Amino acid sequence: MSDPADIAAANVLPEPSAGEPLLEVRGLQKYFPLTQGIVFRKTVGHVHAVDGVDLTLRRGETVGMVGESGCGKSTVAKLLVALEKPTGGTILYKGADVAKMGGRALKQYRREVQIIFQDPYGSLNPRMTVGDIVAEGWSVHADVAPRKGRLQRTQELLDRVGLNPDYVNRYPHQFSGGQRQRIGIARALALRPEVIVCDEPVSALDVSVQAQVVNLLEDLQDELGMSYLFIAHDLSVVRHLSDRIAVMYLGSVVEEGTEEQVYGSPSHPYTQALLSSVPLHEPALRGQKDRILLQGDVPSPADPPSGCRFRTRCWKAQEICAVEPPALVDRGQGHPAACHFAEARQVVPTEVL
Amino acid sequence: MSTSSGSISSSPAPVTYDPASGPVLEVDDLHVEFRVRSGVVHAVNGISYTVDQGETLAILGESGSGKSVSAQAIMGILDSPPAVITGGGIRFQGRDILKLNAEDQRQIRGPGISMIFQDALSALNPVYSVGFQIGEMFRAHRGTSRKEAKQHAVELMDRVRIPAAARRVNDFPHQFSGGMRQRVMIAMALALDPRILIADEPTTALDVTVQAQVMDLLKDLQRDTGMGLILITHDLGVVNEVADRVAVMYAGKIVETGTVDDVFTRPGHPYTLGLMNSIPLVEAKGGRLNPIVGQPPNLSRIPSGCSFHPRCPRARTGAAAAPGRDCVGDVPPLRLVVPGREAACHYSEEVLGV
Repeated sequence: MSDPADIAAANVLPEPSAGEPLLEVRGLQKYFPLTQGIVFRKTVGHVHAVDGVDLTLRRGETVGMVGESGCGKSTVAKLLVALEKPTGGTILYKGADVAKMGGRALKQYRREVQIIFQDPYGSLNPRMTVGDIVAEGWSVHADVAPRKGRLQRTQELLDRVGLNPDYVNRYPHQFSGGQRQRIGIARALALRPEVIVCDEPVSALDVSVQAQVVNLLEDLQDELGMSYLFIAHDLSVVRHLSDRIAVMYLGSVVEEGTEEQVYGSPSHPYTQALLSSVPLHEPALRGQKDRILLQGDVPSPADPPSGCRFRTRCWKAQEICAVEPPALVDRGQGHPAACHFAEARQVVPTEVL
Repeated sequence: MSTSSGSISSSPAPVTYDPASGPVLEVDDLHVEFRVRSGVVHAVNGISYTVDQGETLAILGESGSGKSVSAQAIMGILDSPPAVITGGGIRFQGRDILKLNAEDQRQIRGPGISMIFQDALSALNPVYSVGFQIGEMFRAHRGTSRKEAKQHAVELMDRVRIPAAARRVNDFPHQFSGGMRQRVMIAMALALDPRILIADEPTTALDVTVQAQVMDLLKDLQRDTGMGLILITHDLGVVNEVADRVAVMYAGKIVETGTVDDVFTRPGHPYTLGLMNSIPLVEAKGGRLNPIVGQPPNLSRIPSGCSFHPRCPRARTGAAAAPGRDCVGDVPPLRLVVPGREAACHYSEEVLGV
């Protein structure tokens, strides 16, 4: 095992003091071009996958990000781990702009910000053994683990995520979905990250296995003090894990606040509709929910509506909504919501009436 | 509408079924196995249930519990080989369909039992318009002309609340959104006014807001037609909001069954209890989750005795077990534990606290 002081000496990024934001995202945008033609490709438009996302992630904190498919959650994840380049906006990590990082700083950023993917089948190379998968990062970031103790370190990691350390020489197909997800977690941990972006890490798992992985993520955070950006569409899992939550709709954040604020007094109509659609599994609470059924589907991100993105499905929409995009600010509900007519409303029953 | 299919001369003997006489569908000790090169996979190991008119039965289970395979057996769409129905009966309106020849089975299932699937995009044929595919039911079973069939298709699309149905009837599946495709599939399933609709994870691939729309639609359609609905799902929330009764499956067997209110308020099988404890709540932050330890079993090597025993915190064996109730040696039968509730656990009374 390497001495932590060695790594600290190699770091080029400054250490922020406690409580300071680790990761700050301001006005993040990502447009994908839509092209036509085969020989002469011309751009005919853009898919506005991410369009103005603001986020702050502090040390040791979990920020949950919820939204329906196509709202840009996964694109945000890819932008954060520098797999895609943003079209606009900035990502500040420990105060430094990621877009302007080069060489050693970018390499360090990529080590410190790791990702766990949704699909435990597609994200592991079927031709590599589990040991090789977990240790692969060290071939680039050799300073994290000295060459000598790598096998032992890999086995420690497997043990830490709840896998038998003797499995280092097995291949991914010999594991179940939940076990593969643990391998993915061990791979991310191998580089001693500060931030882990979890992109739907438990969505593909069965209920009983999902809870095991959720608990593992919680334990690892308590022990190692990492920050999580937890992206998921399952609202109850996100509530369970997160300190703060951002709700996304069609490329932008429509509401943000603590877990208590967003679930207890949702103020954006979309958040209210989303929460009211979640089926509750307590018979006593059945039928006590304020049902808000949205009409129609999410509009295409290639041609988003003017003004407020949600106005085409919103029951509160008025003329101003088509003209002026609402800012994500607090309008008296105690937390910011991007709606001109934001109003706190309790949607999820908390106790039996 | 259901028995006046004049164009079909070779239809099986007239149905002498009286709705008041009993359940529409009875599954009795059904066994299905897959014979593959590496051995025999015991997917369904003796399950029995009934569905009444207008009733919703939820079959709850994790992947590999045999919930979909049992439904495929009812529909006659198992891939055989490798799948083989090795025992049991499926009675629809009193007649055992497994005892009939293939054509008679088709005549009963076609208009009587329909099924909708999780993935509408792969369940629909991409090269035919949705109107043609919905109309196919009328052409195949009623001998309706193409023009009339399309007319019926528009009516059905209206019924499942697809906006501008008349204009969209000639569109192809890829031109619809996920929620709309699911509606197209529901329209196809409802075409001949079935008495049983099997919905295999109908909303799993959909977003929550769309999921709520589709579940509402299914509920309304069921109320209008009085059909029985079998809802196969792994989502406890959907079961609670839609179903009347629930059957919990584990390793190819039903381990607990009863009304949703009873089972969810006071589970009688450790597996059901484990599932309830595994899911976080949306209504409160709650404490640490209590997952079930271990992995679901491999269906070609199902544990002896109670198949849940390796994961069960209450499992008892040897001297600790009561005579004849050894979790490792004795298979627990599905038995009545309290009125209206059956559970397959030797120590169900302890789980229930009675």
